[in-house]
Amino acid sequence: MLFTTSNFIFFIIILTVLYYLIPKKLQWVLLLIGSLIFYGIAGTSYLIYISLTVVSTYLVTIKIDKIQEIYDANIKENKEKLSREERKAIKAEANGKKRFWLVLALLFNFGILAVLKYSDFVVSNIYKDFGGFGFVLPLGISFYTFQTMGYLIDVYWGKYRAEKNVFKLGLFTSFFPQLIQGPISRFDDLKSTLFAEKDFNWDNFEFGVQRILWGYFKKLVIADRLLIAVNTIIRDPGTYQGAYVLLGMFFYAIQLYADFTGGIDIAIGVGQVLGIKLKENFNRPYFSKSIVEYWRRWHITLGTWFRDYMFFPISVSKPMINLSKYLRKNVNNELGKRVPIYIATLLVWLTTGIWHGAAWNFVVWGLGNGIVILISQELSPLYDKFHNKFDVKDKFYFKVFQIVRTFWLMSFLRTFDCYRDVGTTFKMYYSIFTVRNLNEIFSGGLMKLGLAIEDYILLTAGVVLLLLVSLYQRSGGIRIRLSKKPIFLNYILFFVLFLSIIIFGTYGIGFDQSQFIYSQF
Amino acid sequence: MKRNKITYIILLFFSIGVLYVIQQLFMPKYISTIQEGSLVEEYYLEKANHDVLFIGDCEVFSNISPIKLWEEYGITSYIRGSAQQLIWHSYYLLEDALRYEKPKAVVYNVLAMKYNEPQKEAYNRLTLDGMKLSTTKIKALKASMMEDESLLSYIVPILRYHSRWKELTLEDFKYMFKKDKVSHNGYLMRVDTKPVGYLPRERRLPDYQFGDNSYEYLERITKLCKDNDVELILIKSPSVYPYWHEQWDEQIREYAEKNDIQYINFLDYVEEMNIDYERDTYDGGLHLNLIGAEKFTDYFGQILKENYNLPDHRNDESLKKVWEDKIAFYNQMKKEQEEELRLYGYLKSVGEAAQKIDE
Repeated sequence: MLFTTSNFIFFIIILTVLYYLIPKKLQWVLLLIGSLIFYGIAGTSYLIYISLTVVSTYLVTIKIDKIQEIYDANIKENKEKLSREERKAIKAEANGKKRFWLVLALLFNFGILAVLKYSDFVVSNIYKDFGGFGFVLPLGISFYTFQTMGYLIDVYWGKYRAEKNVFKLGLFTSFFPQLIQGPISRFDDLKSTLFAEKDFNWDNFEFGVQRILWGYFKKLVIADRLLIAVNTIIRDPGTYQGAYVLLGMFFYAIQLYADFTGGIDIAIGVGQVLGIKLKENFNRPYFSKSIVEYWRRWHITLGTWFRDYMFFPISVSKPMINLSKYLRKNVNNELGKRVPIYIATLLVWLTTGIWHGAAWNFVVWGLGNGIVILISQELSPLYDKFHNKFDVKDKFYFKVFQIVRTFWLMSFLRTFDCYRDVGTTFKMYYSIFTVRNLNEIFSGGLMKLGLAIEDYILLTAGVVLLLLVSLYQRSGGIRIRLSKKPIFLNYILFFVLFLSIIIFGTYGIGFDQSQFIYSQF
Repeated sequence: MKRNKITYIILLFFSIGVLYVIQQLFMPKYISTIQEGSLVEEYYLEKANHDVLFIGDCEVFSNISPIKLWEEYGITSYIRGSAQQLIWHSYYLLEDALRYEKPKAVVYNVLAMKYNEPQKEAYNRLTLDGMKLSTTKIKALKASMMEDESLLSYIVPILRYHSRWKELTLEDFKYMFKKDKVSHNGYLMRVDTKPVGYLPRERRLPDYQFGDNSYEYLERITKLCKDNDVELILIKSPSVYPYWHEQWDEQIREYAEKNDIQYINFLDYVEEMNIDYERDTYDGGLHLNLIGAEKFTDYFGQILKENYNLPDHRNDESLKKVWEDKIAFYNQMKKEQEEELRLYGYLKSVGEAAQKIDE
């Protein structure tokens, strides 16, 4: 069930009505049933894979919890009797057991993801004529696997105790608004509202509906309209070169933002209607002044997942500490400090790339991001020198320059996930400098991309609205500000937004109904 | 936040009102182009009962003139025809019509038997959008919709026609709430002439057997008529193209015999009716023009009169006035079309026909 289908809207309405009518202690059960229906409609076989993840994670976290419990009891009981060495040995044994179960569960769950998502890619790189295994990739598997494995690692680290109710863990994994494209939640964050008993709250409901509308506006009016032009450009790299490539980058940047943030707005809005707080996933990323800042503000929950569960553990892992020690001793201090961070950064970005898709494009895209981040880190003393010398750091025009530079840098890198292969992407980069056709775009070229002048006017208005809302967000939430205005004005504004979606939305016959881009990962 | 229930109720009604107005604006008007789209909804403007109801595709709404039938025989009739009306459309349009009236005879043109599956969303729209919302319409929609169509967009048509924001014309504003009639009891008049010219060669079909779905609906039409004590007459209207294969004819003949229904293939009577395809068609032999339609109607009227004992209402005072107005409208349109032909050499007011959808 896609977010953009009428079935989904009916589903939400029925679910919400039932949710506030049934006894409150059953609310989470209804959400679980609803989530399973939502996912089951997408594909009944998907339910098998997600159940495997839930059950395996449940069993292993309970086991880890038990090992910890026995260890704690043992230490408490025999605190006086045991020597320091004996206590150390018992701890090491307990940790060893816990680690065994952790690794087993990680291998099993990431194994499912790897086999379903990456086996075709790996084998086809070895055997050129390989036709593929034909596995069906369950919707949102990358999201729910990461979310559940985050929970597993947290329990292993002793951050919190394992959830004793397998069905509650099932709901945490399958909660439908976030299942397909995130945000990737943390168990300790989500459980306080996910399993709580909730009364109907009009403010939550109204804000939730408004957020959903805003999400649909971004997705249906802006993203799916731009998709037509983006597809025209990227599917015909023989024709659309030079300035068209730049135009495609620009359009794709807006389309991806409107698509992904629109989907997240719908997810968060649905959560809010149901009284459940989901994490924000974006913080006006296109206003970032550097690539590092951009990745702190774009797809935040994925970035923090990689930071907490991969970057930090790798940086402080035994091999890295040993390597660091070796370099400090044999080369120099500075290198000993940096090399482990470089390795962790590149590994994280390689994985981020692969997470996005099983193709070389994503590998290059991921590594490209990692390399640019490392280069900019290395050059930061130089930047600082420049900033100090010319005193531009706080100047408005320089900030604008940094924002524009970061936007285009990210747009260049993002081109790797547009074209069908890495070679084509490089050819298109090359064409930017060799094919001179800027005039062609403005003398009729724009009209050949599948959009009419009316569409461009509408898109311009839509993007201006996006910008205004983003600027408003800087000084507090726009919905809170609007809620202080008279009801009539507030209502009319959102009714106009609703009408714009109905009239200008690219849905129904005549338009390709496109999935949210991130639901494919 | 302070909330007042009454304010919300007012706002809700206001919103529904605005949505309704916008929907009316966005619905295609089918006045100056693809007039076939207006046919189904025009039926509901009709108050009088009819002796005969015609159902079927363009071969009824282009070829039969209820006004002529009245003028010559005093038979009251209405055509519930529409562009590429498929047999399940016909069945449900008949079921719908029987909610309003009980005719003595129903005439079904059998050409659409050749289609066993829905063909095009556009044709579904031309037939079904005009139907009033009822359980019959819902059943008709379920029987007709193609894979990518949604029921909701028929009930709330703005969801289908929203993309017309780029193509709205003055006509859309003018006819938002009230439309001019385009038909004469379901007959779409054309006075222009285009003689038979090039015709595609008759193609052999891999299978001439009508599909199960077509037969199922033919049986349902038959049963519906029997249950309502209405005579069913099957016809094949005169046309040069599309071809009506011998094998199809045999199957209908057999069905009619088995069910004790009259079947008339008017292709066998073209000479007797004096139809001249050099003068009596407006599109090279697919459909008859006014002269052709009147010839065919006259001939068919005689059969209806003789075989079905239909009363002559011409002296019925209550009907006389109604039909006088219809005749006046008919003659006026005829005059206007002839004038247009004289001025421009073609019919400017008619615009494109639904066949354009196929091109």
